[in-house]
Amino acid sequence: MIKRPFAAAMARRRHPLAPLLVIVVALLGIAAVYAVVNAATAKAATSASETMVTKGSKLFAEGCASCHGLNAEGSSDGPSLVGAGAASVHFQVATGRMPLAAPGAQAMRKPPIYTEEEIQALAAYVATFGPGPAIPSAAQIDGWKTADIARGGELFRVNCAQCHHAAGSGGALTNGKYAPSLMKASPLEIYEAMLTGPQSMPVFGDASLPMEEKQQIIAYIEEMKRNNNPGGLSLGRLGPVTEGLFIWTIGLGAVIAAAVWIGAKVR
Amino acid sequence: MSNTSAAMNTSTNGNQPKLSGPLAKASAATYEYLDDRTGLSAGLRRNLRKVFPDHWSFMLGEIALWSFVVVLLTGVFLTFFYVPSATEVVYNGSYVPLKGVMISEAYASTLNISFDVRGGLLIRQIHHWAALLFVVAIVVHLLRVFFTGAFRRPRELNWVIGVGILTLALLAGFTGYSLPDDLLSGTGLRIAGGILQSIPVVGTWGVFLLFDGEFPGTAWIPRFFVAHVLLVPGLLLALITAHLLLVFYQKHTQYPGPKRTNENVVGYPLMPVYMAKAGGFFFIVFGITTLMSALVTINPIWLYGPYMPDQVTSGAQPDWYIGWLEGALRMMPPIEWTIFGYTISWNILVPSVIMPGIVMTLLALYPFIEAWVTGDKREHNILQRPRNAPTRTGLGVMALTFYVILWANGGNDIIALAFNWSINSVTTLMRVLLFVLPPIAFVITKRICLGLQRRDRDKLLHGIETGRILRLPSGEFVEVHAPVDPDEVAVLLSKEEVLPLPMPPKRDANGVRTPGYAIKALRARMSNWWYRDDVPVVTLNELESGHHHAQEQVEIAGTYGVEPTVSEEVTAGHR
Repeated sequence: MIKRPFAAAMARRRHPLAPLLVIVVALLGIAAVYAVVNAATAKAATSASETMVTKGSKLFAEGCASCHGLNAEGSSDGPSLVGAGAASVHFQVATGRMPLAAPGAQAMRKPPIYTEEEIQALAAYVATFGPGPAIPSAAQIDGWKTADIARGGELFRVNCAQCHHAAGSGGALTNGKYAPSLMKASPLEIYEAMLTGPQSMPVFGDASLPMEEKQQIIAYIEEMKRNNNPGGLSLGRLGPVTEGLFIWTIGLGAVIAAAVWIGAKVR
Repeated sequence: MSNTSAAMNTSTNGNQPKLSGPLAKASAATYEYLDDRTGLSAGLRRNLRKVFPDHWSFMLGEIALWSFVVVLLTGVFLTFFYVPSATEVVYNGSYVPLKGVMISEAYASTLNISFDVRGGLLIRQIHHWAALLFVVAIVVHLLRVFFTGAFRRPRELNWVIGVGILTLALLAGFTGYSLPDDLLSGTGLRIAGGILQSIPVVGTWGVFLLFDGEFPGTAWIPRFFVAHVLLVPGLLLALITAHLLLVFYQKHTQYPGPKRTNENVVGYPLMPVYMAKAGGFFFIVFGITTLMSALVTINPIWLYGPYMPDQVTSGAQPDWYIGWLEGALRMMPPIEWTIFGYTISWNILVPSVIMPGIVMTLLALYPFIEAWVTGDKREHNILQRPRNAPTRTGLGVMALTFYVILWANGGNDIIALAFNWSINSVTTLMRVLLFVLPPIAFVITKRICLGLQRRDRDKLLHGIETGRILRLPSGEFVEVHAPVDPDEVAVLLSKEEVLPLPMPPKRDANGVRTPGYAIKALRARMSNWWYRDDVPVVTLNELESGHHHAQEQVEIAGTYGVEPTVSEEVTAGHR
């Protein structure tokens, strides 16, 4: 056996925890460097958003904290918003669902009570509680204008139609919940809804539906909004129920009126 | 009157017509030519003068007939363009949101009819609206026949044929609903397959037989096509012909009225009155369905997309006439048994096989059941006013309530969505109502009928209340009653005196047990229940004394010098 006296001496002299200490020191060093560099680059950008956050915190304390808690920790009346993200806040407030008018099975769409600027401030403030989906950029949204509508239709029927109806006219869920009609939702709202999965809706993250597919789905919904009913009155696009209602009232009424007219005695 | 009909009309009178003008001469010559070779006039003379009674409700069946003709005509047009094939093709038609999608030829050709065939969408919508109207009219016609007792002897068989037509109409509708192969078609087909599968022992094999293997496969489209355009319409045509021939042969029933008896028919001759009315009515029905189809969308298949077994849309519903079955299926609690490794799906079997089986059997057999209970085996050519058969009317409204609740539950999701209710609460409510409301409906309807009977009786005995109160010099107050219009008297007197079946003796005079006593006793008890509470018919004696009473009143009034006013009132009633 060949002896290695130097290596043996080193091994004896070193404390067993020394390698761990080295790693910790190195990590701390990297963190310190990162913090300095990052703070330097972010400082200019955050000064504008800091005022947003301040403004948002005021609005939050006035309009949201009574249910969601002063630190967004949640209460018996509302869930925690830690990690909810800006996109979620923007969706809920811009569609008027939040603040709630009254507790119920589900928050309803109504005219928003905050301005777009205020909503952005609220979203920025809630985003500081923890990382969550950010509001999609204009570039992310606008891609729908050139997206493949037919492919979007296929994706829509696979992922959305079972709740929102194949034509996007909405449908009932359990216990008073429902999938709303999509005919009033803007492309941004649809994108945010897919990102954040509001209420009963599942989250369609970028792993399950990449940006391009989200844009295709939006393109299909926009096409449904434009679709001008080649067959005439749409009867709410609710399917055979409203068709049945129509034939039993207007249809039958018209033919019976004709029958009464024909069968009327001439006096 | 056109020249042709003038020629035909005069020929039926047996006189050689004196005609002028080239058209008249030509038509007369044509008629003679045909008559010489076919002996047409003998049959026509008898049949064209056949008298039919007049009432708007007698045209409900006609609405069904004419909408069926519209369905046939438009259906022929659609077969020119529809491709009954499940072969997958890339859609490349005008409808942009489906461009480039792989779809079946059946769906592609239906899209093609809707967007690329000139007038195709209109014809498709006429076909579908007229099909809905066809079943609506059948049901309303059935209700009219039921509530007026038109199914009673001798017309029980025609009732059974009618139920056959209704069943075939549902089948025609369902196969037609499936053919476009859109998302709704496939969803409906999937449910139908599931229902077939739920039948114990044979279900699985039945599905394999229908779909030629596992669902959905490719065989069903050509099979459903043949059933939809050949088999079912052929059977329907045969049954409709039989239905009409029986109406013709047995003569139409009529509502009670002056000079109308069980042995005559008061009305107008087929030629020219009903030829004109019925012919005109065809065009009205065609016109109304066309107008509807031009203005209102039906089954926008392009919105639903092609059927893929992994896809479904919320709000998936059948057409209205399958709605009650859909509702029953949605209402049934989830009960499943596993016996020796075999599953019995009561959750599907009860609402989709057993319940409709019982309902349709009871419907078909109803005339025989009622005749057995009431013991009424007489011929009836005068219709009954619904109030004069309170038990039947009550049962009818009860069945209707049951049906409507099932039907409403078929749209429980749409109801929940439209009124912002919980779908669970809607379904639970319907489950309770299904058993609670029908009996209540029976009692209320029967009471209303009995109330109306009492009012009829009062009218006959005391005349119509005029609201004019006279104070006689003696201080007595008298209300003047005006006599009832003689036409109305004839209607009011149409109520027949019928007695319930007597209870059979347990043993006869010699102490021998009555054979089949239990059944006979049951029948007597049911008959008693049937006629219970019926308001007695006004007898001739009562009627006379009633008249006498009214006359007396007028005379008393007259003796006190208020005659002119009274007689004014009285004559006003005579018209």
